[in-house]
Amino acid sequence: MSEAPPDLSAFLGGDRGPYRSWDAVNRPMIRHWCEALGDDNPVYRDAAAARAAGFDGIVAPPTMLQAWTMRGYREQRPPGSDNSDPFAVLAALEELGYPAVVAVNCEQEYQQYVIEGDSLYYRSTIESISEEKSTALGTGFFVTELSTYYNQRDEVVGTMRFRVFKFAPHPRDEVAAPAEASSAPPAVRRMRPVRNQDTKFFWEGVEAGELRVQRCEGCHTLRHPPSPACPHCQSLDWAPQAVSGRGQVYSFVVMHYPEIPPFDYPNLIALVELEEGTRLVSNLVGVSRHEVRIGMPVQVEFAEVEPGFHLHRFRPREQG
Amino acid sequence: MSDHFLRDKAAIVGVGATEFSKQSGRTEIQLGVEAILAALADAGIDPVEVDGMATYTMDNNPEIELHRLIGGRALRFFSRAHYGGGAACAPVMHAAMAVATGVADVVVVYRAMNERSGFRFGQGGLMTEDPNAFETVDFGWYFPHGLMTPASWIAMFAQRYLHETDATTEDFGRVAVGGRDFASTNPKAWFYQQAITLEEHQAARWIAEPLRLLDCCQESDGAVAMVITSAERAKDLKQRPVLVRGASQGAADDQRMMTSFYRKSLTGLPEMGEVARNLYAMSGLGPGDMQAAVLYDHFSPFVLPQLEEFGFAERGRACDFLREGHHLRGGKLPVNPHGGQLGEAYIHGLNGVAEAVRQVRGEAANQVPGLEHILVTAGTGVPTSGLILGGHA
Repeated sequence: MSEAPPDLSAFLGGDRGPYRSWDAVNRPMIRHWCEALGDDNPVYRDAAAARAAGFDGIVAPPTMLQAWTMRGYREQRPPGSDNSDPFAVLAALEELGYPAVVAVNCEQEYQQYVIEGDSLYYRSTIESISEEKSTALGTGFFVTELSTYYNQRDEVVGTMRFRVFKFAPHPRDEVAAPAEASSAPPAVRRMRPVRNQDTKFFWEGVEAGELRVQRCEGCHTLRHPPSPACPHCQSLDWAPQAVSGRGQVYSFVVMHYPEIPPFDYPNLIALVELEEGTRLVSNLVGVSRHEVRIGMPVQVEFAEVEPGFHLHRFRPREQG
Repeated sequence: MSDHFLRDKAAIVGVGATEFSKQSGRTEIQLGVEAILAALADAGIDPVEVDGMATYTMDNNPEIELHRLIGGRALRFFSRAHYGGGAACAPVMHAAMAVATGVADVVVVYRAMNERSGFRFGQGGLMTEDPNAFETVDFGWYFPHGLMTPASWIAMFAQRYLHETDATTEDFGRVAVGGRDFASTNPKAWFYQQAITLEEHQAARWIAEPLRLLDCCQESDGAVAMVITSAERAKDLKQRPVLVRGASQGAADDQRMMTSFYRKSLTGLPEMGEVARNLYAMSGLGPGDMQAAVLYDHFSPFVLPQLEEFGFAERGRACDFLREGHHLRGGKLPVNPHGGQLGEAYIHGLNGVAEAVRQVRGEAANQVPGLEHILVTAGTGVPTSGLILGGHA
């Protein structure tokens, strides 16, 4: 790795291509794809169903975009293709002392469906090269390639941004010997709530399928999260009270980043205000992030989100 | 005028810092030593005179270790305020109380961290499983659902603020655009010469809706330190004294750490309101007396209620203040003229206090002309603190 970061501006932009397809859009490849993914949408295999849905014939799953123009197993490209490497910048970075690479993410956008018999090609440009960045893996550059996919009528059918991190790995700490390669790595689990005498009634309620809120025996105020003393009257006496589980979204967050395992992202999390007046945080299911609104009526439900781990969550309910 | 005991009794007489980076390449202890020695040199005070050390929780560096390494001898005052960035202004208050009461003569305030190359705050994770550790048990209400990062906790407030006021995410963006504009002309800022537009803010990817990437402060490596002594002694030192005119910590109204979700209203910052009342009462000053403000900007949405709690805008109307550009370069209250933590660096707020010192001295990269008083605040969403600094009594 050189001392001053290299100037990579010469690799930015450009217009390479066309990179052509070996095969026209065809049923066998579509079938393999759908079978592998368990997608039984009839518009991908039944011409009559596709026509009934308003297409001219069988369409390919849009997510197959990249599959049509892939090189062969010996990395050969179809005749008529540009022979240059769209990722020439990566080879250059290798020379400069950044030998390792990891795919970071891939975003596809679709402009139109691809139909059986279409013949696709793509053109490529290097959309961005980051400044030198240091990550947990090493020091290097984020490189984003933008591929634009066309059909035989030169109409854009979709685009794909493919981002890689090309880097020099951090030197290994010689002292830290690799851990004994004994068992498989532990599966990443949701953090289990740590329970104590003040809170375990709540989690026992969740396991029993009942939402419980702490009620002060001195002044009868409900409170959540639980605490040993009532902040209003200081009574140490309290009892769990089962509540309706009906409430409304008081506020919400849509979590996108960082993607902490094992959660699915985007992750919808609400602050729910119960009919009884207390609030609690919970995942929200059965509603998209575009539809969720403050004030939306919701109802609690309970799920075994991981084997042996039960958790409350809320779902929109019909008003009335 | 105020006759508060602490007003104008102590002065910040030296500031020092390392460079702000993403990978310092050295230990946090070393960063601390470098910044403290720079601050003492700036003040013209021999390290042997340091008899007090103050910092805040989440700093990994023991007071005694830094004191030993800078060549200190006897240490007779050390304090460490809780709640991380919310305590960014608190050690200055503790130091001021110590020198005002004669408990100590020369107190060093410091914060040193490799927050980017070392332990990163926004990754989610639990330290212990001890059922007697309050914070561990408390996280159990949030972590199992995936609400695990500071950005996500702030986003819960921000969403409700958008619902109850006329503000939009563009107003959050206006905070970021202003900070990055100031950073673009501050050579010490990480984002020097890298201003952004509102369009770039709106196009930035989501982190925790309604927060975008450009609403979130940086992660930085670096250290900042400053030296506090009595106002009397400050008169004879190298630098123009920067008086502590007001200082306060604050917690209020069903306070929680980052998750005060159970208050009647989520649109204000009652703990900052507490700080505001105390600062104005102690200093005898009001919002109209401030020529600039360093408002804690770990996440841009909380700058809006801060403007309201301090009386720069009516409740729920900070969006007007921002749309009229009062927080910008040349505005009536430039906010974060160093670029803030969005633009300069995230040194857990202490770099904001250092900026306030430079502004009072007249040495800032983006000097606000004719500045007499400046407000500095600490972390929001947590129990917090604040300062009013000024040049003369």
